[in-house]
Amino acid sequence: MKWKDYCRGVRRGVPVGVGYFSVSFGFGAMAVANGIKWLDATLISASNVTSAGQFAGLTLILASAGLWEIILTQLVINSRYALMSLALSQKMGTRIGVLPRLPIAFMNTDEIFALAMAEKQPLTVPFLLGLGLTPFLGWTSGTLCGALAGSVLPESIRLALGVMLYGMFIAIVVPPARQEKPVLVTAALALVLSCLFTWVPVLNTVSAGISIVICTVAAAAVCAWLFPIPDEEVAQ
Amino acid sequence: MSIYTYIIAMAATTYLIRVLPLTVFRKPIKSRFIRSFLHYVPYACLTAMTFPAILYSGESILSGLGALIIAVILAFRGKSLLTVSLASCAAVYIIERIISLL
Repeated sequence: MKWKDYCRGVRRGVPVGVGYFSVSFGFGAMAVANGIKWLDATLISASNVTSAGQFAGLTLILASAGLWEIILTQLVINSRYALMSLALSQKMGTRIGVLPRLPIAFMNTDEIFALAMAEKQPLTVPFLLGLGLTPFLGWTSGTLCGALAGSVLPESIRLALGVMLYGMFIAIVVPPARQEKPVLVTAALALVLSCLFTWVPVLNTVSAGISIVICTVAAAAVCAWLFPIPDEEVAQ
Repeated sequence: MSIYTYIIAMAATTYLIRVLPLTVFRKPIKSRFIRSFLHYVPYACLTAMTFPAILYSGESILSGLGALIIAVILAFRGKSLLTVSLASCAAVYIIERIISLL
C-alpha cells in the first residue's frame, strides 16, 4: 500500500521533473556564463529548488550584495510558498506527523503544490514524497548539465542560453496576464517601477535586491488593494 | 564573502518559509488583503526581474529586445514554457550573428 502510493506519486511527478530539467538547464548555463563554478551552481539548485528565488540570488551573489539583502529578497520573492504550505497543511489534515512534513516542505514548489492540491484521494506521506522525487532530480541534474554544457559551449551560444530564464518568466506571466486584468495591472506596475529603478538617476543607485523587493511589494500591494481575490481562491 | 555563506542563507530562508507553515503556524490566513498580496507576488517579481534586464542580456540591446518580442508573442499564443524559452535563446543567437556580419 505504502509502496504503491509512493509509485503513484512518482508517476504523477514525472512531467514536472522533465519540465524542471529544461528550465534549470538554463539556470546552470547562465550561472557558469557569469563565472559561478558548475558544482556551486548545482549546489544552489539542490538546496533551494526555486526558480525565481535562485535567479534573484544569483544576481545578488554576482553583485557581492550584503547577506541581509539576500535574505530579505528571498523572503519577499518566496513569500508565496508560505501560503502554499498553509494550504497544503490544511489538506494534509492532522494524521500526518511533524517528521514527514520536513522533507515534504522542502519540495513544496509551485508545480508540486498544484499536483498535491489536485489530488482527489486523501494525501499520504509516501505519495507526497514520491511526488517530489523526479522534480528534485530533474531540477538538480538539469542545472548540472546546463552548467557543464555552458562551460564547453562557445561564447555566442552561452550568451544566447543566458536569456532562457527570462523566456521562462515571460511564459509564466503572459498567459494569466492575458486572461485576468489584475495580473496584467500587477505586471505593468512592476514593469514601470523596475524601469524607474534602472534608468532614473538616484533611483538607479538602489541595489538590485532592494529594488526587486520594492517593485514586488509595491505592485502586489497596490493590486491586492485594488483587486482583492474572491474567496473561492482560498484553497489556492 | 564566500559563495557558500550566500547559498546557505538563501536555502535556509527559502526552507523556513516553506516549513514553518507546514509544521508550526498551521492556521489559515484570514486577511483577504494578505492572501491577495501573496497571489500577486510572483507576477510582480518575475516581471520586475525580466524587464528591463532582458534588454541587457546580449551584446547588443537589439538582441535582448528581439528575444523579448518573440517570447511575448509566443507566450500570448499559449506556447509551452520550453518553446518560449528556446525561441528567445534562438532570437538572441540569430540577431547577434546578423549584427556581427554588418
